[in-house]
Amino acid sequence: MELILLVFVFVMAVFLGFELIQKVPSQLHTPLMSGSNAISGITIVGALLAAGVVEGSLGKWLGFAALILATINVVGGYMVTDRMLGMFKKKGK
Amino acid sequence: MEYFINISYIVASALFIFGIKMLGSADTARRGNMISSIGMLIAVIVTLLNRDVNDGNSLSFGLIAVGLLIGAGIGVFAAKKVQMTGMPELVALFNGFGGLASLLVGWAEFAKEGNFDKSEYPVFTAAAVVFAVLVGGITFTGSLIAYLKLSGKMGGSATVFPGQKALNALVFVALLVFGVIFVVNGEAWALYVVIALSLLLGVLGVIPIGGGDMPVVISFLNSFSGIAASAAGFVILNNVLIVAGCLVGASGIILTVIMCKAMNRTLANVLFGGFGSSSSKAQEVEGEMKALSVEDAFYVLEAAQSVIFVPGYGMAVAQAQHAVKELAEILEDNGCEVRHAIHPVAGRMPGHMNVLLAEADVPYEQLCEMDDVNAIMETVDVAIVIGANDVVNPAAAEDESSPIYGMPIINVHQAKSVFALKRGQGAGFSGLVNTLFFRENTRMIYGDAKETITGLVSQFKD
Repeated sequence: MELILLVFVFVMAVFLGFELIQKVPSQLHTPLMSGSNAISGITIVGALLAAGVVEGSLGKWLGFAALILATINVVGGYMVTDRMLGMFKKKGK
Repeated sequence: MEYFINISYIVASALFIFGIKMLGSADTARRGNMISSIGMLIAVIVTLLNRDVNDGNSLSFGLIAVGLLIGAGIGVFAAKKVQMTGMPELVALFNGFGGLASLLVGWAEFAKEGNFDKSEYPVFTAAAVVFAVLVGGITFTGSLIAYLKLSGKMGGSATVFPGQKALNALVFVALLVFGVIFVVNGEAWALYVVIALSLLLGVLGVIPIGGGDMPVVISFLNSFSGIAASAAGFVILNNVLIVAGCLVGASGIILTVIMCKAMNRTLANVLFGGFGSSSSKAQEVEGEMKALSVEDAFYVLEAAQSVIFVPGYGMAVAQAQHAVKELAEILEDNGCEVRHAIHPVAGRMPGHMNVLLAEADVPYEQLCEMDDVNAIMETVDVAIVIGANDVVNPAAAEDESSPIYGMPIINVHQAKSVFALKRGQGAGFSGLVNTLFFRENTRMIYGDAKETITGLVSQFKD
């Protein structure tokens, strides 16, 4: 049952995603891409769970590696997007 | 506690949704990015509260903190240090890391069972593991190749060889077969084969795609990294991964479609077409390329009432954006109307030129989209093409036999005169001869774009 619920969530999220991003002006394509790229680093949560829950040593270290990589993705992605958008901003007025 | 964690995940998902929505408009974009990063912070913190995470017989908080610090350190360093012209490859690299992380999460989930060859493992979870590993693996090596191509560490042209498509198809089918074997019998070796093949497929899939098609590839891989995260969410049955991954997957697909439309090609053609390999046949073009000196160009520009800059990848390579801005300012002071016309696929990632010009402080109002500029092109005195090629090739509009026929272009050939800044006489990325350069109203200014423009600026100052 839980599975069906997750699939339901998945399908809704697909539609939501398409709706949200239909009409983005082209000058925002790069920030949108790098910003959403940072969001894809959400797998960091999976990495934390894997690294934290797992008992066997292999799984633990796989999770540790995943944690580092996902953190780079998240932190770097958000910062670089912010830096870009900062440049867009200052000449807005 | 369980409830609190789950409710926090819902909050985080909602913040991602708001964040992405706000990223879609110039006024709110920066706040949107902030909001989605807060969502991420919440998700990470509540995950640490999970009782299972800190029950002591696994990674300690100390090690987790070390991991977070290492990752954050590298991320901050890269984000601060990168030049704006290096943005496409950095995004590709981050993207690849995200994909690899999803692969590892899938693998770790498998490894934690240890004795996986028992049939206790639910089929669905096994399928999700395969999917996360497969998509994550392709994302990782695909992004890595894209990174190498974009940063110039590897030739940007398409690498094609006989039987390539057959080989790729074979690898793909093998992936599916071993994936199914793993789902059925749950044996570790089958998963290792899937990992190896998906890494291989990422490489094979991207090497036949040329540099100019990178905007499509990056968007597509971005979408893939989202899907991989979503698949990892199904592995560990976690809502926030599924929602966030899905949003990214959808946004990446939309960008991909926009990029393909801007080139009037299908996604399949971009991915499998081998476009931009050097095997194009030579064409005969009437007329000749007429060179112009910087000095003569200056006299024309001094008298011009209306000027359009058309930047392309060459501007990024030459780092000419600041010089362009300076010249544009001088022209404006001289009573000339200045615009920058940006083609949707100019450069190496979606919106690449916008980022560079924004870095150089070019006023927002001067940036024009293709259609707006084309409408007034005939009134323009001088169109200055800076390192752009295929996006201004009139063959796309006129020559039905041209491979790029039908691709929307910026119609600079309709301007009264065109200055094409170019390093040499070679063809563009697509390997096509640009008939624009042979037109009556076109003058070539050879040399490094930045030097040429700086030269023009100093002419004005004298």
